[in-house]
Amino acid sequence: MADVSLRKVVKRYDEVEAVRGIDLDIADHEFVVLVGPSGCGKSTTLRMIAGLEDISDGDIMIGGDVVNDVPPKDRDIAMVFQNYALYPHMTVAENMSFGLRLKHYPKAEIKSRVTEAARMLDITDLIDRKPKQLSGGQRQRVAMGRAIVRNPKVFLFDEPLSNLDAKLRVQMRIEIKKVHQKVRTTTVYVTHDQVEAMTLADRVVVMNHGRIEQIGTPNELYHKPATRFVASFIGSPAMNFVPCRLEDVGGKLNVRLTDRLSFPLPPARAARYQGLSRTDKLLLGLRPEHVMEARPHAEPGIEPFDAVLDVTEPMGMETLVYFTLEGSQLCGRVNPNAGAQDGSPLRLAVDLNNMHLLNEVTGAVL
Amino acid sequence: MSTVTIDKSGPTRKVKYGSMSRDRTWALRWSYFFLTLFAIFSLVPPFYMLITSLKSSAEISAATNPWWVYHPTLSNYVELLTSNQFLRFFWNSAWVSIIVVTITMLISVPAAFALARMKFWGSATLATGVFLTYLIPDSLLFIPLFKMFAVFGDWTGIQLVNRWYVLLFIYPTLTVPFCTWIMIGYFASIPKELDEAAIIDGASWFQTLTRIFIPVALPGLIAATIFAFTVSWAQFLYPLVFTTSTDQLVLPVGIITTLIKGDVFNWGQIMTGALLGAAPPLIIYAFLMDYYIAGLTAGATKG
Repeated sequence: MADVSLRKVVKRYDEVEAVRGIDLDIADHEFVVLVGPSGCGKSTTLRMIAGLEDISDGDIMIGGDVVNDVPPKDRDIAMVFQNYALYPHMTVAENMSFGLRLKHYPKAEIKSRVTEAARMLDITDLIDRKPKQLSGGQRQRVAMGRAIVRNPKVFLFDEPLSNLDAKLRVQMRIEIKKVHQKVRTTTVYVTHDQVEAMTLADRVVVMNHGRIEQIGTPNELYHKPATRFVASFIGSPAMNFVPCRLEDVGGKLNVRLTDRLSFPLPPARAARYQGLSRTDKLLLGLRPEHVMEARPHAEPGIEPFDAVLDVTEPMGMETLVYFTLEGSQLCGRVNPNAGAQDGSPLRLAVDLNNMHLLNEVTGAVL
Repeated sequence: MSTVTIDKSGPTRKVKYGSMSRDRTWALRWSYFFLTLFAIFSLVPPFYMLITSLKSSAEISAATNPWWVYHPTLSNYVELLTSNQFLRFFWNSAWVSIIVVTITMLISVPAAFALARMKFWGSATLATGVFLTYLIPDSLLFIPLFKMFAVFGDWTGIQLVNRWYVLLFIYPTLTVPFCTWIMIGYFASIPKELDEAAIIDGASWFQTLTRIFIPVALPGLIAATIFAFTVSWAQFLYPLVFTTSTDQLVLPVGIITTLIKGDVFNWGQIMTGALLGAAPPLIIYAFLMDYYIAGLTAGATKG
């Protein structure tokens, strides 16, 4: 068990900077997920922690020791790969015990560790099979078993669920979480799936273009995103953005979306945005759940407006409605009984108590 | 309003039920036709050899049907298999082939692993270079090689020419490049994550090679072994040039130098010797054919 620290870590491939100076502190026992679109440098970062890639600049520390020049086998880490990377000629038990056998552990110790890990992952019956006789989910369990038996300082997961179908992915996600609850090993997990990141992580690291956009708990990222990228990347359907500006109307602060549409800000928000320039180009950020059907009675901060729906998507417990506002496509979540229909008008409301205001140029959340 | 007649009789063509369509049937017929032709073409020589090997010298020179044996005899086999000289050729061939195969594998497997996996400066160029080496024909190399060994003998006093073991130095120039090339292809088809997993598990490069790559690439390894064996066993030009004393000869050269005396061809024994000489590769192929095919086609598709 150990903490992991990255200090100004840079990775350059010839001219291209894949990772551009990352600082990250991962506490002991913590489950940290690196998430971001393809090519954001998350896998490279993981591989640098593993020692599979050299570091161009900066320091990586595991358990307080700088491991920049320490080979992977001496870093005391275990890694689970996207394509499982099981040794095809070995049985499940041999796969799991390979690392221990290389280190000449006593036979009894190996056997007890393998048995224990197999029991934990519910693969005891498969212990004598070869990888090709296993399903995708079973293979992934074996790959995790191989990591667990080593009892390493750090677990590294490189998109471990990407090769599984949707249903199995949900199941294995829970499985991974259970395993972490039992073994409590420091874990760094890479995925491009924000749902996986949110559900698994103690803390999520959102990466983009080789930089860290934001580090925070899943709830922090969802409710207090720091940048437009984080706001749009986390959450599904994604957050709505509408161009807007602030204006003073009769001593009160309003947010104006179009010539005809402007909403008064609730007091808490008005106080927060009071100091902003009235001429800046801004973006109003609203999550779909904060665009809902209008209520019969007025509530503070909830402002009604009329919209013509382009498309509706009934999801069962809710209906997603899509409509256009001054050229921006917006998504809202309404009650299935609200009467939303394709092409028909519907009175909606925005919840400005949960609004975000972003600088359109810098993308920063204000 | 015009009436529409509906033809309920269906298509006039006879409908065939089953998985084979008309086109496929014809394609198969032609394949079998050409395969049969090819089989006859390649099986006639060994058949002729077999027939001739069962004949006595008298029957061979008699003007009877050359494709049939009227008085079969095993005398050619008995004579050859009891002749110390022939057995010596056989042993020389066997020793040379086995040692060459061993040397080839010891060189080309680690070389292929290094070229396929341990990315170092110039590794790609080197890999291409290895293959280009294989393309140089032996008929171009035997004179300079002979000269090299002769000069080496003059300088050091170690005489290698006209010793069967000189072939141990020469054959690998043919087998190592090709086997390395096959193994590079095979190793390259193994997913990168497999060696990364092994490295993280604590394996050294050597352990990754011996415990992961060699077992996983076994079909390719067997294919390369068979190839090296066949090349060594059937090599003719080099042993013809480098060995002359009868006790140093290998089988192919031994047969033609001892069984052809001037213009007298001992056809019965030549055919018997050739047939016996062809037997070991034939037996090996028969047993390991599946591996051989798997090895040669590996890397074509990701399995």
